[in-house]
Amino acid sequence: MTETFYEVMRRQGITRRSFMKYCSLTATALGLGPAFVPKIAHAMETKPRIPILWLHGLECTCCSESFIRSAHPLAKDVILSMVSLDYDDTIMAAAGHQAEAIIEETIEKYNGNYILAVEGNPPLNQDGMSCIIGGKPFLDQLTHAAEHCKAIISWGSCASYGCVQAAAPNPTQATPVHKVIHNKPIIKVPGCPPIAEVMTAVVTYILTFERMPELDRQGRPKMFYSQRIHDKCYRRPHFDAGQFVESWDDEAARKGYCLYKMGCKGPTTYNACSTIRWNEGTSFPIQAGHGCIGCSEDGFWDKGSWYARLTDIPQFGVEANADKVGATAAAVVGTATAAHIAASAVKRAMQKDAQPGSQKGDE
Amino acid sequence: MSTGQQTEHELYRSEPAVYVYEAPVRIWHWVNALCITVLCVTGYFIGSPLPTMPGEASDHFLMGYIRFAHFAAGYVLAIGFLYRILWAFLGNHHARQLFVVPITNLNWWKGVMHEAKWYAFLTKEPHKYVGHNPLALLFMHVMLVWGTVFMIFTGFALYGEGTGMGSWQFEWFSSWIIPLFGQSQDVHTWHHLIMWVIICFIIMHVYVAIREDIMSRQSMVSTMISGWRTFKDNRAVDDED
Repeated sequence: MTETFYEVMRRQGITRRSFMKYCSLTATALGLGPAFVPKIAHAMETKPRIPILWLHGLECTCCSESFIRSAHPLAKDVILSMVSLDYDDTIMAAAGHQAEAIIEETIEKYNGNYILAVEGNPPLNQDGMSCIIGGKPFLDQLTHAAEHCKAIISWGSCASYGCVQAAAPNPTQATPVHKVIHNKPIIKVPGCPPIAEVMTAVVTYILTFERMPELDRQGRPKMFYSQRIHDKCYRRPHFDAGQFVESWDDEAARKGYCLYKMGCKGPTTYNACSTIRWNEGTSFPIQAGHGCIGCSEDGFWDKGSWYARLTDIPQFGVEANADKVGATAAAVVGTATAAHIAASAVKRAMQKDAQPGSQKGDE
Repeated sequence: MSTGQQTEHELYRSEPAVYVYEAPVRIWHWVNALCITVLCVTGYFIGSPLPTMPGEASDHFLMGYIRFAHFAAGYVLAIGFLYRILWAFLGNHHARQLFVVPITNLNWWKGVMHEAKWYAFLTKEPHKYVGHNPLALLFMHVMLVWGTVFMIFTGFALYGEGTGMGSWQFEWFSSWIIPLFGQSQDVHTWHHLIMWVIICFIIMHVYVAIREDIMSRQSMVSTMISGWRTFKDNRAVDDED
């Protein structure tokens, strides 16, 4: 049996008296009557902390790096008080066989009740040999842990969409989690990395309400991924006014105009950067003067330059955007039309020469 | 073609005219043409905006106006398209032709080949049609009808991203079209590419309409203004029905 919230609080030196004060304050804050104080206390005393297994596949650990920088709530509070993070090879003390044994222990002990958080994804080519954990392909660990879990959190663009290791030509055939695990609910939290507060908030939500947050059609929590960066961007008035940065060192760049022409992917990227921002709400890429690169969108590595508004389209091995492809097609059609006009005129002239009598009667 | 016989006929020629395009079809055609023009121009400038505006942001709304014109024209085009489909049911049988391509009819395909040969200068004379000639119908159906359907669906999907979750545009279009393409960026790219397909179609359409008027056996441009199809000879038409 894992520790309850109450036991954790006691262990951290909180007295029974303080705990009861906390319960009454919580009841008041939530607008509940005094009758709810014992109910809250009872829940805290009996509700076990949800165990989490945090696996790492092909990834760069930027998700973990982001997670530990969460300010609201602090990552330490999440890890030490809210969840029972049983396995996370990056931040756990145990190593080697001792660490790997914890996975088996958790699976056995909390069969069907733990959350599986996945950072990174499994490569499928070469029998999965491009990512080996404890001597076995990561795919084995993933499918084994997924089989007994309650739900899966796909951390970051790697687990959600594939990210850089799945970018063309994807030699290891890195595959996002939802394409290998089909029978479990999956929450995608894309981003490279996802925003720290978004990560902790997703965990907090699941713990507090004991259910998944509401997801959109792509499996992302609606509360953080329902709007584009563009929709809440503080530079939006410059976009509507038609005021754009034309090059990195121009006056417009210094004035903080819209980065649309510099290839900002804000208009096509669903994330909460322009509202929650990063590093305790200090800033986000656009605020720092660089366009959004669309890191939380599917296949963002393969959509051409981050510094061009129009997407590159590979055709015949040469890259061009829709305008170049289209204008070339239009020019070909236009030239063909002109040639056809000339040929038609010649034909008509020849007919007139050949049939002078008939043409007179005709016109 | 035997010249002597034709001249004899034409001496007594009383040009038969057929009322082909009823007023609603003609109005739709020209409104649609205007919408497509506005949509292509504004759409291009949404993808590649004009040079930056000087002064305060509060003094300008250039991008806003361009986008407004695009959305307004898009709505008119979409509503016009629905109205055109409705008219296919209410109007005469020519009003239906654009939507119903007889792809199982071998004779019709022969007609396509004949018109293609006419345009490749491989045959002396085109067929004579009251309605659309088969090659024209094929192009208009594929490039204009399906092109328009594609642009309306992807256009509303992109528009729904702005109106947001809960709006009917988002629920009806964005919610399934964006995931279908993978993400918003690819929807933008395809919306852009099909614009160029439609531009290519317009180049051919305008040229061919004028050429048909001059070189074929029936009227073309004036028909879309007056509604009446007139003919340059009184031999039998090839799409009698």
